[in-house]
Amino acid sequence: MSPASSPRRGGTTTRLFSASAQPADLLIREAHVLDPRAEIDGRHDVLIRGGEIAELAAPGTLDAPAGAETIEAAGKHLFPAFVDPHVHLRTPGQEHKEDLETGTRAAAAGGYCAVIAMPNTAPVLDDPTLLRGVVAQAREQARVRVGFMAAISVGLRGEQLTEMTLLREAGAIGFTDDGRPVVSAGLLRRALTYQRLCGGVLALHEEDPTLSAGGVMHEGEVSAALGLAGIPAISEATMIARDALIAKAEGGRTHFQHLSARASVEALAAAKVNGAPVSGEVSPHHLLLCDAEVRSLDTSFKMNPPLRSEDDRSALIDALRDATIDCIATDHAPHARDEKAVPFEEAPMGTTGLETAFAAIYTDLVVPGVLTLSTLIERLTAAARLFELDTPTIVPAAEANVCLIDLDATWRVGVGGYESRAVNCCFAGRELSGRVLLTAAGGQVAYRQRSFALSAA
Amino acid sequence: MRHLLSIADLEREDIERILSSAAFFADVADRPIKKVPSFRGRLVINLFYEASTRTRSSFELAAKRLSTDVLNVVSSGSSVEKGESLHDTVSTLSAYGPDAIVIRSPHAGAPALVAGWSGAGVVNAGDGKHQHPTQALLDVYVLRERLGDLDGRSIWIVGDVLHSRVARSCAQAFRKLGAEVTFAGPPTLVPNELAALGCEVRHTLDDIGDADVIYALRLQHERMSEAFLPSLAEYTANYQINSRRLKVRQLLMHPGPVNRGVELSGEVIDAPQSLIIQQVRAGIVVRMAVLVEVLTGSHAADPAVQRMTPEPQLA
Repeated sequence: MSPASSPRRGGTTTRLFSASAQPADLLIREAHVLDPRAEIDGRHDVLIRGGEIAELAAPGTLDAPAGAETIEAAGKHLFPAFVDPHVHLRTPGQEHKEDLETGTRAAAAGGYCAVIAMPNTAPVLDDPTLLRGVVAQAREQARVRVGFMAAISVGLRGEQLTEMTLLREAGAIGFTDDGRPVVSAGLLRRALTYQRLCGGVLALHEEDPTLSAGGVMHEGEVSAALGLAGIPAISEATMIARDALIAKAEGGRTHFQHLSARASVEALAAAKVNGAPVSGEVSPHHLLLCDAEVRSLDTSFKMNPPLRSEDDRSALIDALRDATIDCIATDHAPHARDEKAVPFEEAPMGTTGLETAFAAIYTDLVVPGVLTLSTLIERLTAAARLFELDTPTIVPAAEANVCLIDLDATWRVGVGGYESRAVNCCFAGRELSGRVLLTAAGGQVAYRQRSFALSAA
Repeated sequence: MRHLLSIADLEREDIERILSSAAFFADVADRPIKKVPSFRGRLVINLFYEASTRTRSSFELAAKRLSTDVLNVVSSGSSVEKGESLHDTVSTLSAYGPDAIVIRSPHAGAPALVAGWSGAGVVNAGDGKHQHPTQALLDVYVLRERLGDLDGRSIWIVGDVLHSRVARSCAQAFRKLGAEVTFAGPPTLVPNELAALGCEVRHTLDDIGDADVIYALRLQHERMSEAFLPSLAEYTANYQINSRRLKVRQLLMHPGPVNRGVELSGEVIDAPQSLIIQQVRAGIVVRMAVLVEVLTGSHAADPAVQRMTPEPQLA
């Protein structure tokens, strides 16, 4: 996949925002450093000075300079911190579910240094003034950097384009009507044409409402047995096929969100072969769970797109491995407890994911040997390049965006609570391997695991 | 039994025990005084979020025949219409100390949620398109009265299986008692995935002569506007059970209310093969038996209460 390099203006504008804190001065001793893009895979001492990677040296050879904290990390792994192209931070308007502070705290706890927030808030982020407001809020509250997607259409109604150039000037990283499809091919085409003026990736939630309307789970044997209305896999795949053709015709950079089905993967692969400037993402829950979970009618397993069949799941894993799917996105979708404590059909769609993404995939796919650790790290950071951001890396002079993880540490999801305000996690109760101990984001220490913070002190 | 949420939760022995208990109550129903006094002072709440005539009235009558107090809460005119959540409604009603809550909901899984929120025994009186276990139990009761047992019998469930909680519960109950179940109807309303319930799927009635029992389902008129079907006329031509399709040796059932002239022709409704009125009659005694199960089951942990609750003498 090579994103189209059509001429763009405003490329130098800052598009990630966070509160500023003390630049980190850390010596991380004897950690196993794995940075696949920099081809680093071995034990090193890593010195971080003034928020930048200052030096990598042989293990046990560096001493902490004055004012730097030493972290003994033998047996632990140090990775470039992760970038999530798809989260819901619920600001403005739905802060009872999540806000910029709690959402970015959850991100830091999951090893993320940057997240991209969706605009399906209340009100919808479709207006430059509104966007400036949340940007200002992020500069005060966000622990890790946040990029804001603006809406493609006013009010996500799919009728009228937003002021895309003004939104870009106000800081929008790209555009999406996420939560809803852009049903009108005509409107999508106009948005992709207009993108030449302002840049910014168009990210698409693909669903044909004439096929999915009323559906609450994957259409298949489980929905038939439960009597729940189904969302067929083709409702996603047909729209991907259509929109990839439009993207190619317009040369407009297009990103397909939260792929869930084998047919969708096949449509994306065909589009890439065809030379369309497209990319795709997949969520941990679609990689690890399938529709059989819904038999419990537990609303933690209700999301859109829905958990699909075992065959779909294995196609997603294969596509992530061979990079047909470019990156992992959590689609972190927090909801208040009472909003999810309703019958399945009435419950809102979505699961949280920031705090569990690495550990869940590591436990279920890396430990059994389905995916290599370096592929997982690559796919957890690849979104940066797709959205025209600097990719986190552990080389001298790079900004410190790292996460320190104990791969052997096991923990039970939900025990001890969450950093997120929400508890609707589809992995709740699962025992996972891989505990984030420390995250540095944007050169600052954004997270320390509690017991690790104590032992280090 | 603590709750009755789904046929899937029952073993064959559970079903047979409930049916024996229902047979006992059928004898009581023939006496001049039709009530049994065992559950005097117990409270049964009927919480109905969907319109229902026969299910609600038969639960009410069943509870009254057991001498319980009955409180009917229906969605119109209550806080349900004011936007109160199911959880808050159940918390409020639980303050009255109900021994059993009978719930009908348009949403799958609502009874299981209520069971988690309330100390009462919960009976599912229909949840979405998911389950309607008391309907299935009463259908099994009627069939066993007529046939003795269901082992090896062929039962065809015909019509809009996709949208039918009755079909799902009945298929499970019939199969647990040894019957072979076939779903038949148009492919839009009888998708092949339904075979996952252990039933055969047919899209024509060509072989319906093989059935021992034909169980027709109600066809909702909105299926036409949703493009599941082109027209009623085409549906009746292909799937209506009429005197041409219903053989003399076959039995006919329907959960009601019947769309006369649609899924059933007028003459078969009143034919000797029809068990439709027996189904309605069985509704009371089977629901009495189910209420007894949960009224005793819900207090099983409390020996004082157990002593005050004589088991019905089974015939």
